[in-house]
Amino acid sequence: MLKIEAILQPSKLDAVKDALLDAGIEGMTILEARGHGRQKGHTEFYRGREYTVDLLPKVKIELVVIDSLKEKVIQAIIGAARTGRIGDGKIFVSKIDEAIRIRNDERGETAL
Amino acid sequence: MKSRCRCILFLLAVLSGLPALSLAQPAASAPAAQSPATQAQIDALTQAVKSAQAAGDNAWMLTSAALVLMMTGPGLALFYGGLVRKKNILGTMMQSFAMMGIITILWPVIGYSLAFGHGTPFIGGLEHVFLHGVGLAPNPDYGATIPEQTYMVYQLMFAIITPALITGAFAERMKFSAMAVFLALWSLLVYSPMAHMVWGVGGLLNSNGGKCPSFDFAGGTVVHVTSGVSALVTALYLGKRLGYPKTAMPPHSMVLSFIGACLLWVGWFGFNAGSAVAANALATSAFVNTHFAAAAAAFGWTIFEWLHNGKPTALGAISGSVAGLVAITPASGFVSPMAALLIGLLAGLVCPFMVFKVKARFGYDDSLDAFGVHGAGGTLGALLTGIFATGAINAVYGADPTGKPNPTGAIDGHWSQLGNQFAGIAIAWGLSLVGTLILLFLVDKIIGLRVKPEDEHAGLDLSQHGEEGYDLNT
Repeated sequence: MLKIEAILQPSKLDAVKDALLDAGIEGMTILEARGHGRQKGHTEFYRGREYTVDLLPKVKIELVVIDSLKEKVIQAIIGAARTGRIGDGKIFVSKIDEAIRIRNDERGETAL
Repeated sequence: MKSRCRCILFLLAVLSGLPALSLAQPAASAPAAQSPATQAQIDALTQAVKSAQAAGDNAWMLTSAALVLMMTGPGLALFYGGLVRKKNILGTMMQSFAMMGIITILWPVIGYSLAFGHGTPFIGGLEHVFLHGVGLAPNPDYGATIPEQTYMVYQLMFAIITPALITGAFAERMKFSAMAVFLALWSLLVYSPMAHMVWGVGGLLNSNGGKCPSFDFAGGTVVHVTSGVSALVTALYLGKRLGYPKTAMPPHSMVLSFIGACLLWVGWFGFNAGSAVAANALATSAFVNTHFAAAAAAFGWTIFEWLHNGKPTALGAISGSVAGLVAITPASGFVSPMAALLIGLLAGLVCPFMVFKVKARFGYDDSLDAFGVHGAGGTLGALLTGIFATGAINAVYGADPTGKPNPTGAIDGHWSQLGNQFAGIAIAWGLSLVGTLILLFLVDKIIGLRVKPEDEHAGLDLSQHGEEGYDLNT
């Protein structure tokens, strides 16, 4: 089982969700986040002074899927989220040790 | 036939008496030698007209009092609240709300008497402590057609908002207890004397018979200069917020500030037009001037920012409107509408200069620009009042035998009025400076003014009130 985390531009959330649904993925967790990579912040004004806002709004999607779906999910996300510009985001993949369905104690891949 | 003749006779008698009634003269100026029945009817009509005028006046004054209270809560509470960081929203709003509670208690006990009782040219006496003698009958010195309690409660709303304005200077770093004590004492030591000098019977600066008549229609010096200068003194005494100016501390909710500013604008109609103490043409003048100045100043500040930043901010626009409202406050019942536009525009250009350039240059942390907007705007407005006041709008210095109003301001030719304006401004500055310093020193020694650094980091909501302003996770 793999955890796939994708940090995205907030404006791409709907497109990525739709792409994941089309790929057959139904379960996901969506978090509001702030951050930046190489994308610099933007400037805002307060009382005539310009200052840089480094913490930019982002959206993070977390999915746990069976190993064989890894590339399908990655391609779905990239296809929906890529614009070619700095700030598109990143995808991280890590291994998951255990998954449990709380409702009925199911474990392992059947819990996903 | 006979009864119709009598009706016509009666009508003629009434019509000939009406011009006399409009001057609110007693029956003595009505035509002499009326039959007792006609005289009784004329008297009844006179009384009815007086009652109608008084009803209109009282209705407007009570409405105005409510509008001015709204300026503090929620107007100022929201305006200031939105400008601070999220962790201080409740603390900031509580400072305004505390004034609504504390000053309301102090005012009938002693504040009103010190401001409006008979006394010296500098301060009233104790004749009205516990509202002694302040009932529902009019006080001819303070609104001949309204109950004195209407006047008292109207003035109370001014006494509430003035110390609340100061809180903008020491935002995010003063102890709630110290703030309450400091501002309560300030209201007695600085506000009541200044109000007495400008508006109280026998007051030194009273435009109606004072030794140095100064024009301050609704409180440019009494409210804005005193609070603005006291704000500056407090900001300097208390020192900067931790992290200022290196850490950016932008408003956590411009939405709240926007709502607050609009409530201030609408409420200001009660503040200025209500200062006519009657529902009359002067109130109309003040109402129109208030609105015009607010809009012109918002325009001015926006243009200033557009040129300075490249973008006009919402904060600049709403701050502009407040600056214009401040500047027109002393002038509202003395100047023409076109002068009001100009006064507003000037405030919209001068105040951002104070906030952007002067504050940065001297480095003081007047957190919410209480001095930059109220101190500077009030001073500017008081001076411009001396220039643009005209007897044509408000014949405060009476009229000559032909009925032509005597000159009041510089545009009437009465340039020396500027000297009186300057005197009023200087007294406001001086009283505020000295009074505030004394009180800050005292309260600091006894209670301690500033919150501990760890409390400042945690925020006033938690450290002073044990609450969180926003609990969006529940």
